[in-house]
Parts: sequence; structure tokens; C-alpha cells
Amino acid sequence: MPNPYVDKQVVMDRRAIVRALRRIAQEVIERNSGLEGVALVGIRTRGVDIAKRLRDVLEKDEGTAPPLGELDITLYRDDAPSRGLPEVRPTTMPFDVEGKAIVLVDDVLYTGRTVRAAIDALMDFGRPRSIQLAVLVDRGHRELPIAADYVGRVVQTRADESVRVRIDARDGEERVVLRAPGER
Amino acid sequence: MQAEPRTAESRDDERERAPFPHKHLLGIEGLTRRHVETILDTAEAMRGISDRRIKKVQTLRGRMVVNAFFENSTRTRISFEVAEKRLSADSVNIQVSGSAMAKGETLLDTLRNIEAMRPDMVVLRHWCSGAPHFLAHHLQSNVINAGDGNHEHPTQALLDAITIRRAKGRLDGLDVAICGDIAHSRVARSNAHLLRLFGSRVRVSGPGTMMPRGAAEALGVRVCRSLAEAVEGVDVVMMLRIQKERMGADMYPSDREYARQFGLTREVLRHAKRDAIVMHPGPMNRGLEIAPDVADGDRSVILDQVENGVAIRMAVLYLLSGASEVPAE
Amino acid sequence: MRIEMRNGRLIDPARGMDEPRDLFLADGRIAADAPPGRLERSLRAERTIDAKGKWVVPGLVDMHVHLREPGEEYKETIETGLRAAAAGGFAAVASMPNTQPPNDARSVTEHVLRRAAAVRGARCLPIAAITIGREGKHLTEFGELLEAGAVGFSDDGTCVADAGLFRRALEYARSFDTLILQHAQEPRLTVGALAHEGPRATRLGLAGWPSVAEELIVARDLLLAAYTDARLHIQHVSSAGTVDLLRAAKAKGVRVTAEVTPHHLWLTDEAIETYDTNAKVNPPLREEHDRGALREALRDGTIDCIATDHAPHSVLEKVIEFDRAAFGVVGLETALPLGLALVRDRVLTPLRLIETMSTAPARALRVPGGRLAVGDPADVTIVDPERPFRIDPSSFVSMGRNTPFGGYEVPGRAVATVVGGDIVFELA
Repeated sequence: MPNPYVDKQVVMDRRAIVRALRRIAQEVIERNSGLEGVALVGIRTRGVDIAKRLRDVLEKDEGTAPPLGELDITLYRDDAPSRGLPEVRPTTMPFDVEGKAIVLVDDVLYTGRTVRAAIDALMDFGRPRSIQLAVLVDRGHRELPIAADYVGRVVQTRADESVRVRIDARDGEERVVLRAPGER
Repeated sequence: MQAEPRTAESRDDERERAPFPHKHLLGIEGLTRRHVETILDTAEAMRGISDRRIKKVQTLRGRMVVNAFFENSTRTRISFEVAEKRLSADSVNIQVSGSAMAKGETLLDTLRNIEAMRPDMVVLRHWCSGAPHFLAHHLQSNVINAGDGNHEHPTQALLDAITIRRAKGRLDGLDVAICGDIAHSRVARSNAHLLRLFGSRVRVSGPGTMMPRGAAEALGVRVCRSLAEAVEGVDVVMMLRIQKERMGADMYPSDREYARQFGLTREVLRHAKRDAIVMHPGPMNRGLEIAPDVADGDRSVILDQVENGVAIRMAVLYLLSGASEVPAE
Repeated sequence: MRIEMRNGRLIDPARGMDEPRDLFLADGRIAADAPPGRLERSLRAERTIDAKGKWVVPGLVDMHVHLREPGEEYKETIETGLRAAAAGGFAAVASMPNTQPPNDARSVTEHVLRRAAAVRGARCLPIAAITIGREGKHLTEFGELLEAGAVGFSDDGTCVADAGLFRRALEYARSFDTLILQHAQEPRLTVGALAHEGPRATRLGLAGWPSVAEELIVARDLLLAAYTDARLHIQHVSSAGTVDLLRAAKAKGVRVTAEVTPHHLWLTDEAIETYDTNAKVNPPLREEHDRGALREALRDGTIDCIATDHAPHSVLEKVIEFDRAAFGVVGLETALPLGLALVRDRVLTPLRLIETMSTAPARALRVPGGRLAVGDPADVTIVDPERPFRIDPSSFVSMGRNTPFGGYEVPGRAVATVVGGDIVFELA
């Protein structure tokens, strides 16, 4: 049995997360010359959490909140579940995807497979004008030619490490931690 | 191997596993409330797929599903086929007509043919109660019961349940009347089992000739003599299709008598709660077990039932596919 | 062969005897019996069997067996059936007439007996059909069939449903003082029936076979038997209601006997919960209170005999949908072990068990056997009541494997069967 994972290092604290979201919000506004035609789509579950936070920041800055979709990519995954079958949860897309500039939001960018699945899923709803990718953390180790347009923080990691985003609403704390197998 | 999966680690190990530890869906009996909820929740997630520009996901790509129908049922077969296509499964239909049965082709013969195709799943509709159990015993594949004899029709009960849940917001604590030919109804049995799991109270009524012995004990229902008594104060009225050949077997004297004594009319429906919904598994005999104005009235959710059928069948196909692991890329 | 059986526990219900005793067989008859070690010294045995710890009982008689020959030799033959019977401790079995062709004519009875004579196994006691072709229309030639060797009449598998015809059958049987055996099943109440009509069949969606379908015929036939003063035997009693009818009729002196099968004594409709076709039988397995009533009736004499209704089928009839599967189970090689389990469970005494499996059926059929007094036929079964084993259908001598009792742990079995002084079965 491999050792259980333990927290190794805090890579972002509460203030760092807030700063990163503010910066990403600014970049989104600049790149799209405002929020006209922009929509956010969070990837379930934590991507949705981050997208909601981003929406709140955008609303504060611009006085208007972009529409927010929630995407469940379970049915689009290309990987074998490690155990059992993942629960399929609803996807809600309360706007027409056609012609929109979609900002896809996830918490951590890693192999790129989740994003690939999310793009596939989005395309099934219609033809957006563009899809941009925002992530709180990019931890490297890409397996597909995918890059983020907006990154909160780049973190160097080893393959056997993992990155966890924890937020108040879900975890009662606000930080991003690097995790690794503990010492025996 | 690492304890945490390599891909999407922050997602994979946090995600709920769908609690559905079954290889087959042979009946509602044997499922727990939680299993039923898993199917219904999964179906809710599946519903949206039909609204997309591309009404299809790749989830069951490369999986082979055999739809073996030993009894005519256009509706159920099409509903399963649509569900399979939405999930990108390859499906093959085997329709065994009455004449082949007469020639002595047994389920075992057909089973051997099915086996040669190496299916991942078999959807079976059969006129013999217990036929899916027989198949499940002899085949490697997942078996889905699409209606067996007078026994069970689990996907129908599940689509009825999701329809009720959407209309009433819950499945527990409801009063439900199931009315008509209880003796020959697999729909009544599956629905009674399912509603009982949620603590809803089920009443049944129908002509004495169509009320099976020991129904109360067998199905955990209250047997009512009259339709009015059954419908009194209920949240849901479920009418069953009456098969006209029962008249020949003296189970009821005439269509006219049946419609007058056992058919759901607006007058009878007044006994139910104001917001009671009316259901029917189809196909309906309008003017026999259900008056046309009730079938098409604002209390009727009959068309919702049909729509929900596809989502339920997608959910069942998806959840059973977990039993034999999804091939890794 | 001259055979000596020593040190056994001799159980002879006809004499109410259950005590240690030695037995001597010669010239196909019981030649002598005496307390242990007291047989006359002049008696010289060619074979001495030490029966210490075992029961020495009159050869078992099964009054309800389907040998399938002629016509369905792929299920069982007279040879395999009679050898299976011997292996189960039976010295004689009554073979039912629902063969192809049915045993409704002298030629068929003679054919069966000729084939049986060539077999080293149990004796065959042919039951002839009551009606020609078992069609319930015209009586067969009872007199000639009896001359040919038939021992009774039944349309088993089918009920003689026509009250007028059945009355004539009873009246005509009186001329010969022979036995009419009725398969009590009102056909109009059992159209398409598959399982005991009750909560379980309702839940499983199986067409119901009501107890009243049996009771209606039994009630009618008991009235007719009383009216005609004929001898009536009710086959495979399955319901508590039938037991009540029998008890009342016997109290009034109606000349009626009845049998019950091991599966009705042991199982209820719970056995079909998984649609196991091996538990699909005619009449169907019923409810717990029926099973209890049958056991009580067997104990108190309301039911006279255990009969197996041994009904071998091939996989063609049993590995199939429940609706289409044939009715019936094999019983020849499980009946005595299950009977010993009834003794173990204190449902029956050893004496009563042997009475129900030997003495009573021989008496009902009026055939020799079922007793161990000097001069009786040397039909003897040696039973080891403490030789536990697990029932394994693949080891059956019978060609039929259709039993719901596979895997049952039973306390003992027959270890030797002697028919007419010939050891036709002996366990190594």
C-alpha cells in the first residue's frame, strides 16, 4: 500500500487567491473589451466554485455579471474510473452557447484531459465564438496540447504530488495546498 | 500505482461514486431507496442531453447492446433504442415473433445466438415471468428487464417515479392509486414496490376478476373495492391498460360496463386531491379505462412519462455499464 | 439365494414390530425370523449380512412413479427407473400410465412388464389408464388390464374431471375391487396455472393454481366414493383443505387412501422464488400451513403413504423459461433419505416412516410385500439411518437430474435392496 497523501506546502493562501481572481477578472475584461457576449462555464465541482467567485469579482468591477453555466463532464471522460462509476450530475447552461465567448473555468490544470472533455461537451451545445480557459492553478504535466489563457499561479510539481484547492464554502478553509505521499 | 489517480486527481477522488452495486436490473424488488434515487438523479442529469444541438455522448462507445424482444412493444423498444443511441452504444434488435415461438424456439436457443454476438448488455422483453432471471443466470452480459410476463417492468416504474417526483417534488409520503387489471400488470407490481420503498401508500383497485390473490400481502398495498374509494384523497392516479382479450376470458363483461364501472372519468377524479396527477403507462384505450378529457386534461402527465423514459433508460444503461469496467484508452 | 440378516433392528409395521431380530430368506420368501442369534441352526445361508446398527425393513413400495417408457426413453427407461428405485431402497414401484402410447391396453401393460422382468431392480407394478388415451371420455378394459398385470387405475397427469364418468369408473372398479387413483385437479380452475395461487405467485407474476382446484375434486370424489362404496386413492395431496376433507371422510368410513410427496412435505412455494424450474411441480408447492398440515396428516394417518411422483425430465424440459418448463421432480433416490430426515426431526417414528413407505402403499394397491412375516415375499430393504451424505443429483442412477434437493444434507440411506430374495442393490 502506498502511503496516504499529506499536505506538504501551502502554495496559495486566502489573500493570494483573492489577488489571483482579481487579476484574472481584469485580464478577461481587457481581452474581451468588456463583458459583452462573455459567459462563464465552470467545470463541476470546484471549477464551478471558482467560476462563481470570478463572476462576483467581475460583477463588482463592471457592474454586470456574465451568465454562468455548470458543466458535468462525466459522460465525456476518456479515462477509466479508478473505482466504481462516477456519479453523473446535471449540466446547466442557462444561456445560448452559440456565438458566445466562453470562459471555461477549472480549479487545477494538469493533464488537460478534463479540459478536452469540457470542450467536447460545450461544442455539443452549439458553436461558441471562442473558448478561453481560466484556472486557479497550473501544475504542469500536460498530456494534450492545451494551455490556459488565464492562470492564477503556476506551481512546479512532481507527478506523484497533487494539488488541492480548498475553499470556505466546501472545506471551511481557503488555501491551495501541494500534497505528497507521507513519510512512513 | 499511486494512491491518487494520475488524471484529474482533485476531481476523481473527491467525486461521489454512484452507489449502484448491481450487475443486472431484473426488478425494482431488490433495490434500495438509495439505488432508486441514484437512478433518478442520474436520469435528471441525462435529461439535458436531449436538448443539446448534438444529442449524443460518447459514454458507451464501443459497447454492444442487444435488444431482445419476445413480445411486441414498439414504445419500450424505441425508448431503449433512443437511449442507447444517445450514449453511442451499438445496438442490435432481435425480434422474436409469435410464430418462431410456435416453432419451438426457446429462450435458450435465442440466448446462444445472442451470446455469439458478445454483447455487453441485453435488454429483454419477454412474455414469461422470470425470463430475465433465466438469462442473467446463463449470460455474462448485464441484463435489463424491459418487462417480463406479469412480473416486473422496472424501467417503467422508474420513469413513473421521476415523473411523480418532478410533479410533486417528492416520492415519500404520497398516496397513490393504481387502478385496473392488477393481476396481469407488471407495471402495477414494479410501481407498488418502488413507492413502498419511499414510504408512499399505495392503493389498488379493479374488477374482482383482475385482483390477484394476496395482493395486499404480496405488494404491501391496500385493496379497494371501488375506483372512487381508491382515488379518494390521493396525490397520484395511475390507470392501467386493459387488454381487450380479457373480455373473451370473462374477466369483464363488456367494454361499456368496464368504462362505466372502472374507467377514470372527471367525476371520479374529483375524489382525488385537487392537484392530483393522472398517469398511464400507455398505450391508452381512450374511453375505456380512461376518459379522453382526463387523458388529455391538465392533470395528465402522460406525455411527460414518455419523455422521461429515455432519460431513465440512459441512466440505467450508464449505471450498469460500471459493472464491467469502461475500457481504458 | 439363501440370505441371513443378523443383528439388525427389524421394523415390520404390519406386526407393529420394532426390535432387534434376525431374518432368514429362502426361495424368494421370508423363511424365518427370530431374536438375535436364535435362528434355527439347520438354516444354512449362502450369504450372511451383518445388519448391526441398521434397520431391516420390508422392501419400500412407491405407488407413484413415472418410468417414461414407452415413448420418452430420453428421460428415463424402465431399466434406469427400476435400478434407481432399487438404489433408493424401493423393492416395488407403481408405474403411471402417461407414457406414449399410454398404458390403456393389455399390450402396453404386458410390454412394460416384459421389459421390467429383464431388469435387476425394483418390481414394476403397472397402473393402467382409467380412460382410453387418458382423454377422459371412455373407460378402458379394467378386467383385461388387471389380467395382464395392472394393479390399479389412474389417468395421472390429468384429472378425470367429468363427474359422471368418474362415478362410472368407481362403480366399474368395484366389480374387481380394484383401486381408482385420482389426480385431483379441476382443469377449468387451472388453465395456464404455474404456481400456488397466493401472495408469492402474485408477486412473482405467475398464473395461480388455487388449492380449491384440488379440494373441489377431492370433495366431489369423496362423495362419489361414499356413494358407490368404491376404493378411492387421492394422489399427491398438496393442501391443508384436502387434509381436512380426507380426515372427515375417513371418520365416516369412506374407503379412501391418500399419498403425499417428499417435496410437498419438505418445501413450500418459497422454492420458486428464483424461478427455479426444479421446484415447478404438479400440484404446486404451497404455503407453510399446508406443509404443516401434510406432515401432521401423515403422522396421524389421515394421509397413508409417502409416494415420490418421480418425474424425470431432461434439460430440454427444465433448462427453459419457467412458463414453458415441465412439471415434476425426481424422487426415487431422495425419498428415503428425506424420510429419515423426518425421523431425525421427530415428525415420524421409524415405525411410521416404514409404514408410510412400504406397508401402507402395498396394502392400498393390494400387492404382496410391505411385510416381513414368514411366508411373505423376500422383499427387504436394509437402511443405514446414520450414514449422512449430501444429495448430489449428478450421482443419481436415474437419468433425471431435476430435483430441488441438490445439496441437502440427509442423515442416511438404503444400503441394500432385496427383491424376491435377490440382492438387486448393495452399497459398496
